Amino acid sequence: MVGIPSRHKSLLLLFGVVLLQVLLLAVQIKRDSEGRLIRVWTVGAVSPFERAGAYGVGRIRNTWNHYFALRNTSRDNEQLRRENDQLKLQVAQLQGKAAEADRLAKLLSFKQAHQDVPMLAARVIGASADTASQTIYVDRGERDGVKKNMGVITPDGIVGKVLESYSNTAQILLLTDKDSGVGAMLADSRAQHPVGGTGETLLSMKYVPNEDDSVKPGQEVLTSGMDRIFPRNLPVGTVADVKSGNPFKLIRIKPAASLDRLEEVIVLLSLRPLELKKEQESSGPVAMVTR
Amino acid sequence: MNDTFDLRSAETHIEVHKFRTGAIVVSMALALLIQAASPVYFAKAAIVDLPLLITVYFGLSRRNPSTGLLLGFVIGVAQDSLSATPIGLYGIAKTIIGYLASSIGARLDTEHPAARFALTGFFFFLHQGLITLTRRLLLAQPEPWLTVRLAIAATVNAIIAVFLFMLLDRLRKQ
Repeated sequence: MVGIPSRHKSLLLLFGVVLLQVLLLAVQIKRDSEGRLIRVWTVGAVSPFERAGAYGVGRIRNTWNHYFALRNTSRDNEQLRRENDQLKLQVAQLQGKAAEADRLAKLLSFKQAHQDVPMLAARVIGASADTASQTIYVDRGERDGVKKNMGVITPDGIVGKVLESYSNTAQILLLTDKDSGVGAMLADSRAQHPVGGTGETLLSMKYVPNEDDSVKPGQEVLTSGMDRIFPRNLPVGTVADVKSGNPFKLIRIKPAASLDRLEEVIVLLSLRPLELKKEQESSGPVAMVTR
Repeated sequence: MNDTFDLRSAETHIEVHKFRTGAIVVSMALALLIQAASPVYFAKAAIVDLPLLITVYFGLSRRNPSTGLLLGFVIGVAQDSLSATPIGLYGIAKTIIGYLASSIGARLDTEHPAARFALTGFFFFLHQGLITLTRRLLLAQPEPWLTVRLAIAATVNAIIAVFLFMLLDRLRKQ
């Protein structure tokens, strides 16, 4: 029997390994599966180190801020005092404006309104291992009640949804990912248009006809609740740029939450659609929600 | 027994390097860990593809196509597992890169920093090309072939590779 030359052996091995992965990809597409077993093993192996790293970085940052960075304390104090004076002035102005005060009151009531919705604070411990997808890992998982497709927010705005939940960890698909999307509406006109990720820092509002001139830079974009993941009226972002496109307008949205420097997030522990308890008469940007 | 040995042909003199015990496994694990953790603290760190650099380095150094492709396969699938991508996307690309790096390493002198810079830049483009091809053909996801961001990323990765490879050279058996 004629032996296979070494060079051909490695070529055969290359062909076999690539073919195996192509088949694996095909199975995942066909069955809509994500190779969960392999992911569970890898995440299980990596997440303890990520937790330790997050803890270590937190301790180092804490030590630095409380000991080594104190040499700037006097200057910081002076700056904070000035800022405090400015803030006092601003608060006085705000108190004189009844409408704005109402708006602030609604914002304050937001947290109380959410007491009906189970929430869980989670610390960000890792990010995506590839350069294309926008995901993060948090230190809460199935044991804490976190399940796939649960919404993730910060006090500033929505962050994304749970893509996969493991025992002690969960993978969050950020709003900026190309595969991400949220039901959204313009705060002013209440016109509903989906907002999706672009893989970059800004989001994209879709399906707005070129004839529609109601969308303008600076407008606030809120969740519409139509995706059945996020409650209505949570901040999504602000319209940053509007251009004509083919066939729809190219509208870029600046996310309300700082998605590039997340350290802690809130997971909405509910898979049931969140609905408004009652509509606010003045239709403020933030309304009370309940399960 | 010699720790290093030579592949000699009529005109070439290419060394095959061996590494300290566990150096490859630890380097791979560290690369994945840093790749997954660093963007949390430095968002721009996501532009660096450390698992690719590790695949290229050990492929060029070991100069054994079978070892190179298997190393690329393992690190690529692990990278897929920690990402939102379907398992196999990065695996296929890194398997091929591992094979090619080993094959090229067996024919060229890849020790000079300029050669390492050029090869890493080339492999980065090829890696992204393979991912784009896989996305288009198998996943029906229209991806652009070339972007400014990709060119910047290739340059950054090639520069980092020059210094990283010098560091990894210290893991070689003398």
